[in-house]
Amino acid sequence: MTTIPINTRQDIDYGTPLPASTETVTLRVDGVEVTVPKGSSVMRAAATAGVMVPKLCATDSLKSFGSCRLCLVEIDGRKGYPASCTTPAEAGMQVRTQSKKLGDLRRGVMELYISDHPLDCLTCSANGDCELQDMAGAVGLREVRYGYEGENHLDATKDASNPYFEFDPAKCIVCQRCVRACEEVQGTFALTVDGRGFASKISPGQMEAFMESECVSCGACVQACPTATLIEKTVVDAGTPDYDVVTTCAYCGVGCSFKAEMKGREVVRMTPYKDGMANHGHSCVKGRFAWGYATHKDRITTPMIRKKISDPWTPVSWDEAITYAASEFKRLQSQYGRGSVGAISSSRCTNEETYLMQKLVRAAFGNNNIDTCARVCHSPTGFGLKTTLGESAGTQNFDSVQHADVIVVIGANPTDGHPVFASAMKRRIREGAKLIVIDPRRTDIVRSPHVEASYHLQLRPGTNVAVLNALAHVIVTEGLSDDAFALARCEPASYAQWKDFVSRPENSPEALEAETWVPASVVRGAARLYATGGNAAIYYGLGVTEHSQGSTAVLGIANLAMATGNLGRPGVGVNPLRGQNNVQGSCDMGSFPHELPGYRHVLDDSVRALFEGRWKVSLEKEPGLRIPNMFDAALDGSFKGLYLEGEDIAQSDPDTTHVTAALEAMECIVVQDLFLNETAKFAHVFLPGSSFLEKNGTFTNAERRISRVRKVMEPLAGKEDWEVTVALATALGYPMHYNHPSEIMDEIASLTPTFTGVSYARIEELGSIQWPCNDRAPDGTPVMHEHEFVRGKGKFVPTQYVPTTEKVNRKYPLILTTGRILSQYNVGAQTRRTANVEWHDEDRLEIHPHDAEERGIHDGDQVTVSSRAGETSLRAHITDRVQPGIVYTTFHHPESGANVITTENSDWATNCPEYKVTAVQVTPALKGSEWQERFQSFTSEQLGLLERAVGVRSPKP
Amino acid sequence: MPRLLPPGTKMPVRQEPATASVTAAVASAVDRHKDRPGALLPILHDVQQALGHVPEDAVPEIAQALNLSRAEVHGVVTFYHDFRSTPPGRVVIKVCRAESCQAVGGDALVAHIKQRLGVDFHGTTADGHFSLEPVYCLGNCALSPALVIGGEIHGRVTPERLDALLQAARGSA
Repeated sequence: MTTIPINTRQDIDYGTPLPASTETVTLRVDGVEVTVPKGSSVMRAAATAGVMVPKLCATDSLKSFGSCRLCLVEIDGRKGYPASCTTPAEAGMQVRTQSKKLGDLRRGVMELYISDHPLDCLTCSANGDCELQDMAGAVGLREVRYGYEGENHLDATKDASNPYFEFDPAKCIVCQRCVRACEEVQGTFALTVDGRGFASKISPGQMEAFMESECVSCGACVQACPTATLIEKTVVDAGTPDYDVVTTCAYCGVGCSFKAEMKGREVVRMTPYKDGMANHGHSCVKGRFAWGYATHKDRITTPMIRKKISDPWTPVSWDEAITYAASEFKRLQSQYGRGSVGAISSSRCTNEETYLMQKLVRAAFGNNNIDTCARVCHSPTGFGLKTTLGESAGTQNFDSVQHADVIVVIGANPTDGHPVFASAMKRRIREGAKLIVIDPRRTDIVRSPHVEASYHLQLRPGTNVAVLNALAHVIVTEGLSDDAFALARCEPASYAQWKDFVSRPENSPEALEAETWVPASVVRGAARLYATGGNAAIYYGLGVTEHSQGSTAVLGIANLAMATGNLGRPGVGVNPLRGQNNVQGSCDMGSFPHELPGYRHVLDDSVRALFEGRWKVSLEKEPGLRIPNMFDAALDGSFKGLYLEGEDIAQSDPDTTHVTAALEAMECIVVQDLFLNETAKFAHVFLPGSSFLEKNGTFTNAERRISRVRKVMEPLAGKEDWEVTVALATALGYPMHYNHPSEIMDEIASLTPTFTGVSYARIEELGSIQWPCNDRAPDGTPVMHEHEFVRGKGKFVPTQYVPTTEKVNRKYPLILTTGRILSQYNVGAQTRRTANVEWHDEDRLEIHPHDAEERGIHDGDQVTVSSRAGETSLRAHITDRVQPGIVYTTFHHPESGANVITTENSDWATNCPEYKVTAVQVTPALKGSEWQERFQSFTSEQLGLLERAVGVRSPKP
Repeated sequence: MPRLLPPGTKMPVRQEPATASVTAAVASAVDRHKDRPGALLPILHDVQQALGHVPEDAVPEIAQALNLSRAEVHGVVTFYHDFRSTPPGRVVIKVCRAESCQAVGGDALVAHIKQRLGVDFHGTTADGHFSLEPVYCLGNCALSPALVIGGEIHGRVTPERLDALLQAARGSA
């Protein structure tokens, strides 16, 4: 039996934000003494004292505005009735929030508001959750004398263009909370006020529908609206929620905290949780709105098996499916050897699930053939940061960016990939921080309203290391390095060696200009700004790691930070923006073939002994197969069985044709997932997975923050994912016993030095915990490496630039690079099953006008993209976001086949694929590619085989 | 004005290219003012000066040049009554509606103008000749009631004088 932790916490809206000041002032509000940070408003002080002053235009996520005139108070010794939201609290103030006169004033104000507001509270979708309604009650409004004749806005037309929320201007009180939220919280500036005075109206864009405007559907306006003017369509349909449960978003590595607002066992809406330390009450279109996939009709809720992939699926019981899978794995091991099977876990899984996956492989399979999808995204981060700093993790918390003076974004597209963090970053840039962007594309962060990069290093894809070396060259040769820091905190010999290396003339920006395409003056300017602009923080993404020199680039980034003293305090650091919700966690949990939990090598006898003692099994010493090695071994005939949880390698991994050939060569593929994904079409056993709403566990975000995932509804297929892995291990002859994921976390904590202080009880107490959390840091560690690096002395590593072997030539003259878009997420299995497709319903190929013209390609034309790996076709989008010579696409839709073109090239140290550089040719197309035709026919065949199984399960009447 | 759009409606790409004259007017205004603080208002004034109004398709170009959102520029354009989004008549008549003029027959004068032109405030006559705008004080209070016709100020305007002025303006324009 499971219980739902019903959230009984009272969300207090203090009206204005908490100031950062450490000084305090003490005052009295209605006779109650209260002490608040200096700079707090009288309204905030009152709320702190438990006195709620009526208000409409104020909310504590926004700066005070002072327009609604409802929050008037009396202050001894002051004339008139100051607005409590705009009046700073001062020491010794005596504030009265209630008097006969204040009551009259507030009723007068309310009367005017209500005179232009429909009186349909009983049938209004915000009934019971409306601040206007609450305030009418609070001020004792009893009659409305105006508004029956003359002008009003009651006939204004509703805008239902956004798929997730509606805008009903008839109910609007023009408090401008939506406009201010779009500016201050989200930083998009898509809303304004049209006109003035009585004619004022909220205007998306130039008085357009929301979907036509610059709106990115983050939901900040809906969150801020005090009335039913901006409201979720799910609330319109279902009514207001009854209770809520705090949980963690399952999309990107920001790891936003959300309230799942519930009615019975159904989610009515997801709202960002104010006390969430990663997001502070903000959200994006994915986490806020795109959760409907959890109950999508495509969910498979019955285990299924089949002998061959050409057979129809047979729905079976959990027992039968698990027993079959276990017997197959045992058969393969006895026939082909212990190393012939393995598993791939995913960053979509919880910490507990990934921990169990690697434990199953090591203890039940008896080998180390476990890998995780971080192999194809951030494995170079693990390698690079461990080598230089001593820990495979980002150094800062997200809030650190609020102390940065210079922000460097390298190979990351935060407004699309990590939107909530991008909003925090943009806020800091609007406050004056300088921005340097190193990216082949002109991403939105380079220039968008009120944000503009001081330097955009628009490099040729594949030359990150050259650019980093050029930056280092300028810093060292112009004497801008922080030698005191570097010599005190790092290995002096390695520092000297590195300085010699980067000072070489071949590393100068002038020498590398032809290679990188970045003008030397731009490199010099950026280097000087980074080294001398104050606190400088680097944020990077897959544009750094997914290269043949991905690991080298991570080393180069760490070198720069160490050489300039930009580590070990708030506002600085080296921060990988993790793509998925639990990349950090899945790596922490020992999901790599050479590492046990806590990044400890399997070759280390003492580490193995520790786990052997706890797990009561002897462990294989030899590291296992990495994902690409698994594919090669499958094609060699030595690797025969694979267990995958939450990972769709047939869509996400490079060189699709190679991947699917490997899948076809295996005898038993077990897929545990929500949907029949691309990989499942090659599977023999399908085990239905549970969405993040259906299970308990934890996710660890990009800032090492461990947050709870809480079950709000029963798993559709009856089992949480961790229970499935437990059952499979047990069937394999290695029984696992856990009653709740908290017991798995207890086991992790007992075996991992950086986790010893972590438990569900502690997370409950603190809200979330940033590891390391142990005796030295009982409450966790927001900023790492404060006094010394985890490895002791930091280590500089020279980073020789070696161009990729993937080169353009006459046959393939363009470079294809790949990336993400805001509304879709990764392989799109979830977001494609939501209304997010209204923003992006197909992948397009971005191509520069010159390259398009040369090839006779018009915007929207179907084009063929071919590389030495394969060929696919998609529609062209002509844009100067990309430079001439570069084309760009996303891989959110499987039929696009972006990864049919990407090659098997990979990072020298970690095998992270080189997704970001593929030499291609683009030509006008008449029809889909051969691969696409095969894909379509295979897909329809597999869906047919599924249909027959579904038919067996629930025969149509 | 927001159209009721059912969910799932495919949105047209809004930003159709502005006409060449608009682009040229915006470019020259931006060139003149872009480096000064608070460049938006002077740019809007110059565009209105050049084109007689600030057309909707000038907004995205101004926004792009100043790195503002379209919404922000739209908000400013619509906040000030002096900026217009549609072309004015060939002659703009601005009638003072402030206290002094009202005290000496301004209301009757306004009623007379509206009747003569057949338009309300912010309107343009069907033949495109006159646009009528209210203003609040022309600083000509000693000679109330006052108005501006085609940039020229006139004091102590009576209905009869107005008719003569309209006649003259119709002839000259």
